[in-house]
Amino acid sequence: MRQTKKNVVEVSYAVAEAVKQCEPDVMAIYPITPQTHISEKLSQMAADGEVSAEKINVESEQSAISACIGAQAMGLRAYTATSSQGLALMHEILFIVSGMRLPIVMTVVNRSLSAPLSIWNDQQDSFSQRDTGWIQLYVENGQEAYDTQIQAFRIAQETNLPVMVCMDGFMLSHVYEPVEYLAQGHVNGFVPRYKPGYALNPDKPVTMGTLGTPHYYVQFRKQLQDALLASKKTIMDVNSGFRSSFGRGYGDGLIEEICMKATPPMKKGTSRKHALITIGSVTGTARDVACKEGLGIIRVRSLRPFPEEELRKACSGLDSVGVLEKDISLGANGSLFDEVKAALYSLRDGPVVSSFIAGIGGRDITMDDIRDVCTKIKAGREVREWVM
Amino acid sequence: MKERLNPGAVADSPGSSKQNKTGSWRSFRPIVTDKCVGCGLCVQYCPEACIEIKDVKGKKTAVINYDFCKGCLICLGECPQKAIKSEREKK
Repeated sequence: MRQTKKNVVEVSYAVAEAVKQCEPDVMAIYPITPQTHISEKLSQMAADGEVSAEKINVESEQSAISACIGAQAMGLRAYTATSSQGLALMHEILFIVSGMRLPIVMTVVNRSLSAPLSIWNDQQDSFSQRDTGWIQLYVENGQEAYDTQIQAFRIAQETNLPVMVCMDGFMLSHVYEPVEYLAQGHVNGFVPRYKPGYALNPDKPVTMGTLGTPHYYVQFRKQLQDALLASKKTIMDVNSGFRSSFGRGYGDGLIEEICMKATPPMKKGTSRKHALITIGSVTGTARDVACKEGLGIIRVRSLRPFPEEELRKACSGLDSVGVLEKDISLGANGSLFDEVKAALYSLRDGPVVSSFIAGIGGRDITMDDIRDVCTKIKAGREVREWVM
Repeated sequence: MKERLNPGAVADSPGSSKQNKTGSWRSFRPIVTDKCVGCGLCVQYCPEACIEIKDVKGKKTAVINYDFCKGCLICLGECPQKAIKSEREKK
């Protein structure tokens, strides 16, 4: 079922194409660097009549996500996109979206947070929203950005949970890559029409996200937590369904294990003793270095729900792992490091876990940097370092 | 009793706020005295919409629904006849 041609396209435009093909009813987007090209392209498509969605030009990101709530609550399919300060401005509303179980889809083009003012890439913006009850998927390349955008609409409406598709700003959003588009008919087949459980309708009035007294609030929170944990299976099923339909998939959907099986020059049958844990586009550079250095790579694709058991399974038997991330939870550690370490705590003879904070504020993560990180992981001692 | 929890905290039966009797929140109880002339100003001001003007023994008078009155005493402050007094609620 492979079809259509490969396009060499700016990844932001590929994402806009995916959104267009998923036929949202409402797009409320406030432009912000480096998300701008998605916003511009979708505006152009709306103006040219290529997409029937109503494009709402809002006055802020807080309004963008609020407009999406209104639209989705009416039973429509809503989409937005943002970056950095824009995502931070949405913070308050993000909890309301998940609490009301509205399957809004948002693209987050990852950018650092001010101050000091920076427009460049890291993942502090979406990492700091990981407790808001949204599914968060991090993509590695342009093709995955396009594919995941389509998967996101389906995952969202199957779980009644909102989904963030997170992709690195500039490093991914502004580069040109070959991306294969699906035929419109295939997208329509993969993402069926949205049928809401509840919708605002004067003929059958409802209140959404009503007052939760202490007796009820905790039960709704538990319900949301259970839904997020259960969404792991949906993410995996959608990933494997996509793979069987279109020939492309990304690990098991939650994590991707890369060259974890022994390859030359290692002896056949021997397994890896060390691994690099990555998230996002830096995995591409790591592929070219870590495997040659004798390390496997475990790429986290789903940060929420967190693939705790999957990571435990992938890391069991390893001597040491290092987490390479573009995030710092100020006053603690890199968040991915903390969570990986917590997940591996219950492993008997689990690996040594090291932390490497890299690429903050758009710093390049070079092949030499990763080689250096690999050497430190192989040494088997726990280190916590900033690559700078 | 097994409670029904609609995902998204959706209340799908309109008017269900009537089941939540807020009268138990009250610390002060407003009491309408004989001075009431039934002008209805308190009805306009009551934030809980729990005062009605009724015909009681041939005379129009304000009647407070204590199931929902939270005891804010706005009616007492607004009454032009000073016809509403208050007592501390006995629990």
